[in-house]
Amino acid sequence: MRSRLSLYGLTFSLPLLVWQLLFFVFPLVFLVALSFWTVKNFTMTPDFDTVNWVTMFSRGVFWQAYGTTFALATVAAALTSALAFPCAYAIAFKLSDTARRWAVFLMVIPFFTSYLVRVYSWQIFLSDAGIVNVMLGYVGLGPYGMLNTKGATLVGYLTLAFPLVVLLQLFSLAFIDRNLIEAAHNMRCGRMRTVFEVVIPSARVGLVIAALFAFILSFGDFVSPIYLGGGDPTTLSILITDTTKSGQQWPRAAVIALTMIATLLVVAFVAVRFAYAGRASKEVGK
Amino acid sequence: MSGSEHINRNRAVDWGLKLYVLLAYAFVFAPIAASFVFSFNSDRFPSIPLGDFTLDWYHAVASDPLVWEGLRNTLTVGVIVGVISTALGFGAAYTDYRYKFFGKQVYLALALLPPTIPVIILGLAMLAYLSRIDLSGNALSVIISHVVVCAPFAMAVIRLRLNQMDPALEPAAWNLGASEWQTMRHVILPFCKPAVFGALFITMAVSFDEFAVAWFVSGLNETLPVKVLGFLQGQVSPRINAIGTFVFVTSMTLVILAQLLLTGRGAKARLAAAGQE
Repeated sequence: MRSRLSLYGLTFSLPLLVWQLLFFVFPLVFLVALSFWTVKNFTMTPDFDTVNWVTMFSRGVFWQAYGTTFALATVAAALTSALAFPCAYAIAFKLSDTARRWAVFLMVIPFFTSYLVRVYSWQIFLSDAGIVNVMLGYVGLGPYGMLNTKGATLVGYLTLAFPLVVLLQLFSLAFIDRNLIEAAHNMRCGRMRTVFEVVIPSARVGLVIAALFAFILSFGDFVSPIYLGGGDPTTLSILITDTTKSGQQWPRAAVIALTMIATLLVVAFVAVRFAYAGRASKEVGK
Repeated sequence: MSGSEHINRNRAVDWGLKLYVLLAYAFVFAPIAASFVFSFNSDRFPSIPLGDFTLDWYHAVASDPLVWEGLRNTLTVGVIVGVISTALGFGAAYTDYRYKFFGKQVYLALALLPPTIPVIILGLAMLAYLSRIDLSGNALSVIISHVVVCAPFAMAVIRLRLNQMDPALEPAAWNLGASEWQTMRHVILPFCKPAVFGALFITMAVSFDEFAVAWFVSGLNETLPVKVLGFLQGQVSPRINAIGTFVFVTSMTLVILAQLLLTGRGAKARLAAAGQE
């Protein structure tokens, strides 16, 4: 393959580069500049003032929202991974090829349905006179107040992340060397022990990446915390929409957004380090 | 064989796992199915037992001029986004397939990263930036931001197709005297055609359902999903189910068309290629 870029090559490579620079990189860079602007009489003026950072970081509300968001996203990532794993495991190892193809196809469908509509649908299930409470009523339980709780928010996060996590886990399980599992069986290694000492370590990179995506999705979602969690406690995403949509305080919203990006970068870095760390030492061990 | 003995011993575990898979799919499809069922249900506050069968919510939606306007915006935006994203995605996929150059990792990161940035942050950044350059608050701003998010999907789909191409095909055409442009037009594009249409439909479907970035930048030119967000904020009503069912059927039609193109035609092309050998 020739590798020099010609007019021909540039015709194909440049358009996307230009578009993503103009409309992806520049907006994110502009966000950094915006966070140093000042707002006077409801108008923003270009400036270099740390006032927005100082104001936001000295507010209890902000740190409370930060703690809530981080904790909820962590629980969501752990819960989604734990609930998705048996499902991905069964699809990978217990289904026929045809059934597996159907399972994958069905798991892709949710990506093309409206997340908003699914969240509204969960309101129908979880509200005080909703489907779940009526069904519990049939067996003499409840009603329980399930809507506007953290549990309902987590149901929303699961709705958002579960299909993606199952697919990513499935993908990593598909690449495990079957001989390893066979060997473990032959050496009379128990089923659970095989899962925890052979399957999970072999698929670790994929499992960690899947959990990372669940974290990112939950961390940034503003729909579930508002329409299932009732907006209380406030998350960073709610804080951004409020600050932007009602308060005209875009520079402060930029501070929140940049803090979120910084957090996600650190989490992603730590997760990837953790995913690959054991691998390197294993290579050395060999 | 020890293997079969093993399977026999754990038949209960196997069935337990399969039951768990069914439960997981029930969880995933419960909201989708409920939205479909309740779009035909007469109760103002949907629950069980079901009320009467009705098309009222569809009538209510169909007679709302704002919904029609939203639909028109969604379709216009979706089609334009699909075409631009697919063109950009094709270029990037071909670049990755054919060229090696300094900074390629950065190029690929730019091409693939946008969907991993939380939409709320992207929405805010887009709103601030586009209003700074006087491009916010209209359909154009939605198109611009949706292409950023959709182009990576187009690239991924087309890149996978290019992987299936015999690497000797392009040099062979050159050796036979075709120029690079002629090769592109008569060899590569025809080979990628199913993936190009697949990418077109998939990016359109992604744009149809995107509400967060569109909500930030659309101003008064709201798309249908942004309208749904408005319904959620205001008087919650089963009209959402009617719109949801309609959008679901539209998106699924596009995805199934894409799937047929990607597998069906691709398989036929491979058969034809095998026949020629």
